[in-house]
Amino acid sequence: MTKELITGAELIVRSLEHLNVSTVFGVPGGAILPAYDPLYDSPIRHILARHEQGAGHMAEGYAQATGELGVVIATSGPGATNLITPLANALMDSTPLLAITGQVASTAIGNDAFQEAYTVGLSMAATKHNYLITDASEIPQVLKEAKYIATSGRPGPVLVDVPKDILNQKTSWVEPKDLDLPGYKPTIEPNPKMIQQAASLIKSSKKPILYVGGGIIHSKSHKELYDLATSYNIPVVTTLMGRGAFPDGHELCLEMPGMHGNYTATTSIQDSDLLIAIGVRFDDRVTANPDFFAQNAKVIHADIDPAEIGKVREAQVPIVGDAKNVLIGLMEALKGSELDTASWINDLKEMKKNFPLSYDQKDDGPLKVPYVLEQLQNLTEEEAVVVSGVGQHQMWISQHWNFTEPNTWLNSGGLGTMGYSLPAAIGAQTAFPDKLVLALDGDGCFQMTCQELITASTENIPVKVVVFNNGNHGMVRQWQKIFYNSKFSASELTHHTPDYVKLAESMGAVGLRMTKKDDVKKIFTEMLNINDKPVLIDCVVDPDDMVFPMVPAGGSNDQVIMNKEDLKQL
Amino acid sequence: MSERILSVLVEDKPGVLARVSSTISRRGFNINSLSVGPTHIEGRSKMTIVTELDAVEQVKKQLNKLVNVIKIVELDPEMTIETEVLLLKVSINKDTQTSVIEKANLSSAKSVDVGQDYAIFEMTGSSKDLNKFEKLMKPFGIIEMVRGGRIAIQSNL
Ligand SMILES: Cc1ncc(C[n+]2csc(CCOP(=O)(O)OP(=O)(O)O)c2C)c(N)n1
Ligand SMILES: [Mg+2]
Repeated sequence: MTKELITGAELIVRSLEHLNVSTVFGVPGGAILPAYDPLYDSPIRHILARHEQGAGHMAEGYAQATGELGVVIATSGPGATNLITPLANALMDSTPLLAITGQVASTAIGNDAFQEAYTVGLSMAATKHNYLITDASEIPQVLKEAKYIATSGRPGPVLVDVPKDILNQKTSWVEPKDLDLPGYKPTIEPNPKMIQQAASLIKSSKKPILYVGGGIIHSKSHKELYDLATSYNIPVVTTLMGRGAFPDGHELCLEMPGMHGNYTATTSIQDSDLLIAIGVRFDDRVTANPDFFAQNAKVIHADIDPAEIGKVREAQVPIVGDAKNVLIGLMEALKGSELDTASWINDLKEMKKNFPLSYDQKDDGPLKVPYVLEQLQNLTEEEAVVVSGVGQHQMWISQHWNFTEPNTWLNSGGLGTMGYSLPAAIGAQTAFPDKLVLALDGDGCFQMTCQELITASTENIPVKVVVFNNGNHGMVRQWQKIFYNSKFSASELTHHTPDYVKLAESMGAVGLRMTKKDDVKKIFTEMLNINDKPVLIDCVVDPDDMVFPMVPAGGSNDQVIMNKEDLKQL
Repeated sequence: MSERILSVLVEDKPGVLARVSSTISRRGFNINSLSVGPTHIEGRSKMTIVTELDAVEQVKKQLNKLVNVIKIVELDPEMTIETEVLLLKVSINKDTQTSVIEKANLSSAKSVDVGQDYAIFEMTGSSKDLNKFEKLMKPFGIIEMVRGGRIAIQSNL
């Protein structure tokens, strides 16, 4: 019997089904059109974004909320170039992403054909790996490899570029073989000798800090982290990407360190004698000037990516491995020992009391973002998925929201991509239709991808959007205030344009507005009761507020600026 | 700063040279020399990369992350057999001809083409030897010179 002949396009759809992909985000176009034909008949749900950047962030939000692969589809040329930002974003934040792009026919490649861009070249530095398909029969194998590379080791984005003639090429289904990637073998199991060395450092430490980040969330090892921290009484700081890896509110949780971290988290690292760094990369937003960072501490650094170890800070004990295996190994190696951290924990408790996060909400004054956030969290019973933009509001959310579960805090940490929030929230809500998903965005950020509200309403994705409308690129304004003599060059947006309520309504969402303290509870309650439509709140807030604490870029974490008064010392 | 020589075994896949060179330049590092060629194993190529890096450890780690890079060995200069190839076209005339050829012979360069007013030499050897030969020929008027990338192999212990 002859084998059934199917097209490259059908191979793509069938492969995605085999790889358990249930949802894809994308925008069609000439070169990718053949793939959209069989996709129409597939059980895979396709969400039509209004911009490929949006589609990419949706796939990221989906991946970050679920811990599974996110998939995005775009056409050649401008479709592919519009994907570069989400790809770079996913690379920085280690998000497992598969991008499938159409390409001009292989016979036309290199001829500057209509809508031709050198997608493989353009995306090379923005992906973990990428492919150009040269024969349709490769498709099942390449997509299987692509998913494996995207989701294993240190996760990241993988792009597969498929010329149009290959989408139309007839071939037969070839069952993918076992993977053979001689150059790609992530180390999962840590070296036991290193674990022993780490354990002996931990045993003799008086002031240990578990400095943990996104790696805990990627390896789904928050339970193991909890066991280790609580069994041996080791305080924990969670980086911007690691918020939720250890529950806020726990007495061992010091929350976020760094540029806008809280005083105790930042200072605990400076005072520590041992950093147990797991799934973190000593980012400059955490370390400030690395020469002054944790000068009294020895460092145990565990990461699945060997290139992170020693990149910024030399580690006395380098450990390559999956965070989960590392934590299990450490638990085992420490069995029976008791750490003497009581006075350390006491000191930190005192510090927390003396240097709390603060804000000043007047009864009749303009709304302050931290106050609004606290009110919103008080009103939400369930664990919400909170998705932020980039700027002051992002820092306030990370500071003031209580995160107790992993995968409930999505933000663009590494690349700092404005426009991430709304589409990423749509992606998360697609994955969890019944969860409360909150896009808590800045007005500047929102204007970068706001058209995706149309996607949300047409696809019945009931995200809830709060636009913190300070009429400014607030974070830029803050820097201009401090470092540029309050010369507000190109940072002003205005409170009034656009009219966010009308904008929301015109896009098929419910639009609400809050401007004063009395509104907050009422308007949030109204928002939380709407579950069949996206809702947007125009939350008009103080245009002049500043985020503290703060350590200026390149400064020393020994000098945390707590308030406006401290700024005068600069 | 001293030179470091990396011997990089890669899969012979499209774009692998671009991936390797862009990974290095992306991190702000210079390459003194890079050469690629097939190995005795089907589907595998070997790159020899010569750099002057303090940060060679970081570059090795970043290169190792590339899916198509199989193995990276940093060669110990003490134990390394290294060679490079050169083709050099130099002006000659009646007066200089003998002297040029004599000097080339002494440098163990091979003449591969001699015309009325030019001679082409081929030479393999260490970079130092090739540099010396170039210097020697300079006074006669070098018309063109091409050098291939340096290749290196570790000798047995
Ligand atoms: C795509 C992009 N462009 C520019 C920037 C630089 N930038 C960082 S924060 C910021 C302002 C953000 O404004 P808004 O969304 O209103 O947030 P706010 O700081 O006011 O809370 C800008 C312009 C960026 N991070 N991303
Ligand atoms: Mg703003």
